[in-house]
Amino acid sequence: MKFIIAIIQPHRIDAVREALNQAGISGLTVSEVRGYGRQRGHKEVYRGAEYSINYVPKLKLEIAVDDDKAEEISEVIMRSARTGKIGDGKIFVFDLQSATRIRTGEIGSQAL
Amino acid sequence: MINGADTAWMLTATVLVLFMTLPGLALFYAGLVRAKNVLSVLMHCVAVACLVSVLWYAGAYSLSFVGSNPWIGDLSQAFLIGVGRNAVHPTTTIPDSVYIMYQMTFAIITPGLIIGAYVERIKFSAVLLFSGLWLFVVYAPVAHWVWGGGWLAAMGVKDFAGGIVVHTTAGISALIVAIALGKRDGFPQHLQPPHAPWIVMVGAAMLWVGWFGFNAGSALTAGADAGMAMLVTHMAAAIASLTWMGIEWARFGKPSLVGTVTGTVAGLATITPASGFVGPLGAVVIGIASAAICYCAVQLVKLRFRVDDALDVFAVHGVGGMTGTLLTAPLMAAELGGVGYGNGVTMASQFGVQFTGVAVALVWSAIGSIILVKVTQSLVGLRVRQDVETQGLDLTTHGETGYNLAFGGTAQ
Repeated sequence: MKFIIAIIQPHRIDAVREALNQAGISGLTVSEVRGYGRQRGHKEVYRGAEYSINYVPKLKLEIAVDDDKAEEISEVIMRSARTGKIGDGKIFVFDLQSATRIRTGEIGSQAL
Repeated sequence: MINGADTAWMLTATVLVLFMTLPGLALFYAGLVRAKNVLSVLMHCVAVACLVSVLWYAGAYSLSFVGSNPWIGDLSQAFLIGVGRNAVHPTTTIPDSVYIMYQMTFAIITPGLIIGAYVERIKFSAVLLFSGLWLFVVYAPVAHWVWGGGWLAAMGVKDFAGGIVVHTTAGISALIVAIALGKRDGFPQHLQPPHAPWIVMVGAAMLWVGWFGFNAGSALTAGADAGMAMLVTHMAAAIASLTWMGIEWARFGKPSLVGTVTGTVAGLATITPASGFVGPLGAVVIGIASAAICYCAVQLVKLRFRVDDALDVFAVHGVGGMTGTLLTAPLMAAELGGVGYGNGVTMASQFGVQFTGVAVALVWSAIGSIILVKVTQSLVGLRVRQDVETQGLDLTTHGETGYNLAFGGTAQ
């Protein structure tokens, strides 16, 4: 199994969710996070004073998938989240050691 | 004799002016600070409102509005002794009780305005001590001179609703306290922006509505003067909002909400002294002038002088109040739709009188505040420790946090 973490632009979430549903994932966890990459934040102006916003709002997606689906799911996220502008985010894929469904006690792929 | 219509309007106006502070000004300021200090700012506003109410009863009202001495009132109505249930306030048609309460709401918001200068780094005990002393040392004398039959009133100074008494005194004192306290850690380069601009708008909108009680109520009757005061107040606010919005749009490419509602408050502060004397045309001039001048003042104080008047009390209220007081002289001309000048008064002589009024209030407020800052510093200290400032005043001073969304504790 693989564990995919994707950091995306908040306004792309609907498109990404739709694409992931079509690709047949069984679950998704989303959290609001802040961070920066090469864009190094942005500027906001209040009453004429410039403020540097060092950490930009993003969404973090966490998805557990079977090994053979990992590449396809990464691809789906990349295509649906992309706007072509700086700040589109990143996708990270990890090996997933185990998974357990809490309600039934099922283990491994069965739990996904 | 008590007039029912006038009394009904003044009861309403009193409610509106208290609503300006609680919660209007409190929210306006709370949205502008960082999330870790949101409660402390709300707390400052509530505490100052309650404290001033008690001190107003104890003697500040009497010193402001009772007695015939040109310099200061007397203490004959301290603790409101001798204020009868059926007493009519002299020269008005409303009960003494309503007049005392109405003026109390002005006394509340004036030290309330100063809060914006010292947020995020002041000791709570210093807030209470400074505000309480300030009411007696700065507010009561100036209110007496201008509104209580004192020497500036005798000279002919026109301040309908508080360009001098409220906004000049508060603005100058704010600047003094901000300088004495010093800059917040990180000012001006590394501060976080306002934590909730939408709350700033909610507060500004409450100030806008409440300001009708402030200005139209200052007519002290339910009649033509109140009606025109309301109209010019609204026009000035709307035009100043658009002007500030336009300035930011042209300069930064985006019309911001915080900027637009700051323009609202600048317009309201500036029309305040003029609201009983000018017509709609005067309101247009004041609307445009207030936003342009206050905008420049904000940049000057923050970026040039590097004074951390955190929420721009001086630049918006002080500069607005002074500008409006001076502009009252030309704009009250009958040819421009104003009420016209008294016998033997010209535009130039009225301007001289207005200038004197502003200058006197400015000097008195500055000297008074410098002394009070020293007194406060020596008795309780002014500024919190650095680690307290970093952690935020909400938790360190009040033991509460503003936003407990996901991971709340459990009741013990």
